[in-house]
Amino acid sequence: MKIAITSTGNSLDALMDGRFGRCMYFVIYDTETGATEFVPNPNKEALEGAGPASVQLVASKGVEKVISGEFGSKVKAIFDSLKIQLVILKDPHITIGQIIEKFATQKK
Amino acid sequence: MKIAIASGKGGTGKTFVATNLFYVAVKNGRNVTLADCDAEEPNVEGFLQGKPIRKKTVSQNLAVIDPEKCVYCGKCRDWCIYNAIICLEEQQKIYLLEDLCHDCGACLVACKFDAISETERRLGTVTTSVIEEDSVLTEARADVGIYSSVPVIKAALTASGTPSLLLMDAPPGISCPFITTVAPADFVVLVTEPTPFGLNDLKLSVETLEQLGKPYGVVVNRDGLGDHKVYDWLEEKNIPLLMKIPFDREIARIYSQSLLVAAEDDSYAKQFLLLLQKIEALCKN
Repeated sequence: MKIAITSTGNSLDALMDGRFGRCMYFVIYDTETGATEFVPNPNKEALEGAGPASVQLVASKGVEKVISGEFGSKVKAIFDSLKIQLVILKDPHITIGQIIEKFATQKK
Repeated sequence: MKIAIASGKGGTGKTFVATNLFYVAVKNGRNVTLADCDAEEPNVEGFLQGKPIRKKTVSQNLAVIDPEKCVYCGKCRDWCIYNAIICLEEQQKIYLLEDLCHDCGACLVACKFDAISETERRLGTVTTSVIEEDSVLTEARADVGIYSSVPVIKAALTASGTPSLLLMDAPPGISCPFITTVAPADFVVLVTEPTPFGLNDLKLSVETLEQLGKPYGVVVNRDGLGDHKVYDWLEEKNIPLLMKIPFDREIARIYSQSLLVAAEDDSYAKQFLLLLQKIEALCKN
């Protein structure tokens, strides 16, 4: 399964970004292979519609789950209809590495 | 001449200043139109009762995508600069976010498969009322729940035509509805109050008008309330202080009865006329 995580930087030490549509990077994590891809968010400074444009980005990567601090009202219904699960993490100090670690230990 | 009456903070007295300016301009035989551009909460009509002569419905076109005809090529999405379309080739899904559709028509041109058409969406109304001979009120009134009142404000400005004097009562804040209202103005009157909130929002308005390159001046309402920081800041920035309106229970009483202080008290009529003359003088410079 592929998961998208919003990230403030392009390394595993980076903190999770609390925003979905205007996050700095998307991390695409593959739970099967353990591979991570850091994608700079081209929509972070969009005048309007950063959320929907970011749905476009993560959905076209084929993710089944998105982890972020919050999601705007425009995108929730679309994620629902795409059967992509949203996970809201209210921990401003959690790093990408720590989130991935949780999935890795779950697998074992 | 076009004068916008605006403020960053809500409730500082935009409508109070606009309606009283309108009153003294009419009394002085001017051909004047007042456009109530506070489309989300228009209230000028509470102070100026006129005879409605025209009511126009404002609407916009909204793209409609036919999923039967769509081949999910994504061209419409690429052309939409407002990010209103999500198109997923692999999942064979397409979404239109109605709130983000700006009626630009680009997607209709982009689609080579005849999958996109348009439907009409109502946004609000523009009402034109005659207050007195040669003096008119145009009111922008947005429907509740619409995403942006900008098209309704634009329609009201168009309906206002080109009177010798156009007063525009702007919506509060500094976002698109404010920009739309001040864009055609020759001069902007910023109404504020001498409080920390008033000063904070005044600074935001000034910053915006500086970027737009608009001449402006400030009216301080409820003088005597709060502190002196607004005045200090105006002096420091060399911004013209056009008028001080005292924090006076009598003004509040008159306003709460939907009356105009310039009509009730001759000394205020003189002060508002002076304000109008000051603005005109600053415009000529």
